[in-house]
Amino acid sequence: MAERPEDLNLPNAVITRIIKEALPDGVNVSKEARRAISQAASVFVLYATSCANNFAMKAKRKTLNAGDVLAAMEEMEFERFMEPLREALEVYKKDQKGKKEVSEQKRKDKEKKVDSENDKSREDDEADEEEQQQCMEEEPEEEVEN
Amino acid sequence: MSRNNPNKDSQTPDAKKSISLPVSRVRLIMKSSPDVSSINQDALFLTTKATELFVQHLALSSFNNGSGKDSNTLEYSDLAKTTEENETFHFLTDILPKKILARDYLKTLEQMQEEEEEADL
Repeated sequence: MAERPEDLNLPNAVITRIIKEALPDGVNVSKEARRAISQAASVFVLYATSCANNFAMKAKRKTLNAGDVLAAMEEMEFERFMEPLREALEVYKKDQKGKKEVSEQKRKDKEKKVDSENDKSREDDEADEEEQQQCMEEEPEEEVEN
Repeated sequence: MSRNNPNKDSQTPDAKKSISLPVSRVRLIMKSSPDVSSINQDALFLTTKATELFVQHLALSSFNNGSGKDSNTLEYSDLAKTTEENETFHFLTDILPKKILARDYLKTLEQMQEEEEEADL
């Protein structure tokens, strides 16, 4: 949960860069306009999340997935985003798969070492793998230690 | 994502990164929604990407539709105008209200009162 209200803002520098990239060169965006777009982006996230969550709930699922987000875009009449989103997801998945293969190879190496000492560690690794699918940012953590 | 891990050989250069907004922040905003229990990686990625597309779309539509095309500027009033006129941006009307001058507002208020008085007579 967000501790402070400003935690629900997106970083201004990044928002400004995205705006600049979208507009023709040399357009001057007023500070007020930048702030408003940034707030609009936060509201967009909440609106999309709420729509996507409705689809997940209808299907009796607790976890939001890619299909829910795409369905939300359609519901919000942002169909124009769907094709670029599908393409981006494709690239992202490929990228993740590459990373996963690398980390799996490392895990196998690690297992070989630990195997003789303790059988239980393999079960832990398997549990970790499930967690990784839920939560992307924790992925690299356990490899850092060795 | 591999920032803590210098050993990783499949590191993608920043230039090729497909999203620039921080996913951790987007997840925080998503989780602030009361009914949401968990979000998988793909959904988080897509929402982040969609937000970037949205920012581009809102900025560009407002610029093209706004009054600053000749002066090369994008102002708050252009955003408010687009929000009001474009159906898909209607969910933003609460946070992007059209601004009016106090003196114009008072004038309208006066007019309304006069009309009411006339109606009473």
